[in-house]
Amino acid sequence: MTTVEERLLPSAEPVCLIDQNGVPRDHSSYRLPTKAALLDGYAQLVRGRRFNDQASALVRQGRLAVYPSSFGQEACQVAASMVLREGDWLFPTYRDSVSIVSRGVDPIETLTLLRGDWHSGYDPYEHKVAPQSTPLATQLPHAVGVAHAARLKGEDTVVMALVGDGGTSEGDFHEALNFAAVFHAPVVFFVQNNEYAISVPLAKQSAAPSLAHKGIGYGVPGERADGNDLAGLLAVLGQAVEKARAGEGPQLIEAHTYRVQAHTNADDATRYREDDEVTPWLDRDPIQRLTTYLEHEGWLSSEVKENAEAQAVQVSAQLREGLMPEPEVDPADLFAYLYAEQTQQTREQAAFLRDELAREEA
Amino acid sequence: MTHMKISMAQALNQALRDAMQADDSVVMFGEDVGALGGVFRITDGLTAEFGENRCFDTPLAEAGIVGVAVGMAMNGMRPVVEMQFDAFGYPAFEQVVSHVAKMRNRTRGRVALPMVIRIPYGGGIGGVEHHSDSSESYYAHTPGLTVVTPATVADAYGLLRKAIEFPDPVVFMEPKKLYWAKEEVDLTEEQPGIGTAVVRREGADATLIAYGPAVPVALEAAEVAAAEGRQLTVVDLRSVVPFDDETVCAAVRRTGRAVVVAEATGFASVSSEIVARVTEKCFHSLAAPVRRVTAFDIPFPPPKLEKYQLPSVDRILDAVDDLQWEDS
Ligand SMILES: Cc1ncc(C[n+]2csc(CCOP(=O)(O)OP(=O)(O)O)c2C)c(N)n1
Ligand SMILES: [Mg+2]
Repeated sequence: MTTVEERLLPSAEPVCLIDQNGVPRDHSSYRLPTKAALLDGYAQLVRGRRFNDQASALVRQGRLAVYPSSFGQEACQVAASMVLREGDWLFPTYRDSVSIVSRGVDPIETLTLLRGDWHSGYDPYEHKVAPQSTPLATQLPHAVGVAHAARLKGEDTVVMALVGDGGTSEGDFHEALNFAAVFHAPVVFFVQNNEYAISVPLAKQSAAPSLAHKGIGYGVPGERADGNDLAGLLAVLGQAVEKARAGEGPQLIEAHTYRVQAHTNADDATRYREDDEVTPWLDRDPIQRLTTYLEHEGWLSSEVKENAEAQAVQVSAQLREGLMPEPEVDPADLFAYLYAEQTQQTREQAAFLRDELAREEA
Repeated sequence: MTHMKISMAQALNQALRDAMQADDSVVMFGEDVGALGGVFRITDGLTAEFGENRCFDTPLAEAGIVGVAVGMAMNGMRPVVEMQFDAFGYPAFEQVVSHVAKMRNRTRGRVALPMVIRIPYGGGIGGVEHHSDSSESYYAHTPGLTVVTPATVADAYGLLRKAIEFPDPVVFMEPKKLYWAKEEVDLTEEQPGIGTAVVRREGADATLIAYGPAVPVALEAAEVAAAEGRQLTVVDLRSVVPFDDETVCAAVRRTGRAVVVAEATGFASVSSEIVARVTEKCFHSLAAPVRRVTAFDIPFPPPKLEKYQLPSVDRILDAVDDLQWEDS
C-alpha cells in the first residue's frame, strides 16, 4: 500500500538518468530510454539548438518581431513532443517553438506569430498543436477541455500542456489542475521551470518546496525531472503520458532547467542577474551531456552525427530562406476570419479599407 | 532643474518617485517592477531608492496583484500597481469590476480605495498579439472607476501625481507608443486636474476630440489642415471618466463641426460615448453629424498589418472633409 503522499508527491530529487558529465545513473522508478530514442532525441536537440540560434540571428536582422528563445531548454522542448503519439495534442506557449517544430509543424509556419504577419501560422488540427499562447496559463483550461472531450468521445488522446514557472502563479493554472483532477482528464501539465519569469526569480514566484508539489492539493500526482537531461525527461514524461492514457488522470511534471539567455531579444538580463549565475548552467547543457554519453557508449557514429548536422543545416537554411523575404500580407485578411459570416459592419469597414488602398494606389 | 527635456516614461518615473517621497503610504508593485524597473522602465530605480517594501515584484498573477492592492488600500496604503500590458490586465478584470469599482458604493462610502492601476495600452510599437489593445472602454464602461490617460509629458507627470492623491481608484492608461516622446517640461508647473479636458490647439472651423495616443495624430492632422486653409481645434480629453462635457461642448459649439479620434475600436466605445454626448448636448450648434475616426472593429492586427488599424492623419482629414462644408 502506498500512502496518498507517496502517490502524489514528487521524488525527493529531480529525476536524472544521465548526469551533467554524461554519466548514466540508476533510478528505482525510471529506466533509460532506448538507444533509438536517444539517437532520435540527439538529432532533434541538435536541430532545436540550431533553430534557436538561427531565429535569434534573424531577430537581430529584423526578420522576426521578437524571439523568446528556448536556448538551453531544448531537452524539454524535444521531449515534450517525442513522448506524444500522432493523435495526442500539444498546447505550447510563445517559448515553445522548438517543441512545435519537433511535433512536425513547418518551421516558417511556426514562426508566423513571432514574425508578425499573423497571430498563428499553422493549422492546429493538422499536427494537433494548439496556437501558441501568450497570455500566461490561459491555455491550460483549454488543454483540459480537449482532454475531457476526448474522454467523453471515447478517444485515448493525451494532452501535453506546457507552462512556465511564472505561469504557475496564475489562477488559470490552478483551475486547470483542479478541473483536470475532478474530471480525471488525460492531461500532462509540463512546467518548464527555467528559474525566471522575465526578471523575477523563482524564489519570488513560489514558496512551495518545488512546483511539482503544487499537484498534491488538487489530487494530481507531481514529479520532477532534471530539465537538461533528455533521457530523464523522456522517461518521466513518457511515463506520465502512459498513465494519463491508461486512465490514471492528470499528471504534473516540473522540469528544472534554466533560461540561459535573456527573456527575449528585447530584454536586458544584466539588469537583474549576475553572469556568475549563468556560467554553471552552461556546463549543464543538454546537448553536451547527451553527446558525452552517446560517445561513451560508442553510439555516436559519424553517420549519426552527420545526419543530425544535416537536419540542423536544413532547418537553418529553411529559416533563412523562408524569413528573409518580406512576408506577403493581405489587408483583407483583417476582416476575413473574425466571424463565420461577416457582419454588415465588418463588410462596410473592409470596403472602406479597400477603397482607401485603391485611392492610395491611384 | 525645473526645466528639462524628458520622455513620458521618465516623467512617469519621476511622478512615482516624487509621490513615494511625499507620502510613505504610497507603494508600487507588479510584475518585473523591482530590479528590472518594469519592461518599459517606468519604475526604474524605485526599489533601489525606496527599498523592497515600497516597490516590489509580485508573483505573476494579475488578479492577485489587484486584489491585494484592494486589501492594502483598505488598510491605509496607497497602492500603485502595474499591469504589464493592456491585455494582461484581463485576468484582473473580476477584481477591477466587482471590487475596485464598487467598494465605496457597497459600503455606503465607508471604505474608499485610493489606488492606481497603471496600464500601458495601445498599438504602434509593433507588438505581437495581446500587446497592443486599447482597453479603456471596458474600464470607462464600469461605474466607480476613474479613467485618465495623458498625451503629453507634462500630463504624464501631473496626472499620475493627481491619480495617486485621488480619493478613489484610478485606472491610469499610459499610451505606450508615446513613452519615448520627449518634451521640454517644467514638472513643478501645476497641471489641470482629473476631470478636465484641455484645448491643445484653437481653430474656428471644426473640432477634433481625442485622448491618449490619438492626440498627437490629431494635432498633426490639424497642422496639415491649417496648411490647406482649414483651422481645427484639438481637444485632449485627458480624463475619460469623469468626462469634461463643458470643455468639449464649448469647443464643438464654437466650431459647429466635430470629429472624434480614438485608437480603440469604435463599436460601443469611449468614442461612441463622446459622439452621443456631443450630439445630445450640442445638436443645435452642429452643422454636420459628428464623425469618428477609430480602429476597425477587429482584434488588434499583427505587426505587419497594424498600420491599417491605427488612426492616420489622412483618415482624420477625410473625416473632416466629410463634414458637409458645402451646406454652410
Ligand atoms: C497574463 C499575462 N501576464 C503577463 C504577461 C507578460 N509576460 C510574458 S512572459 C512573462 C514571464 C513568464 O514567465 P514563465 O511563465 O516562467 O515563462 P518563461 O518566459 O520563463 O518561459 C510575462 C510576465 C503575459 N504574457 N500574460
Ligand atoms: Mg520561466
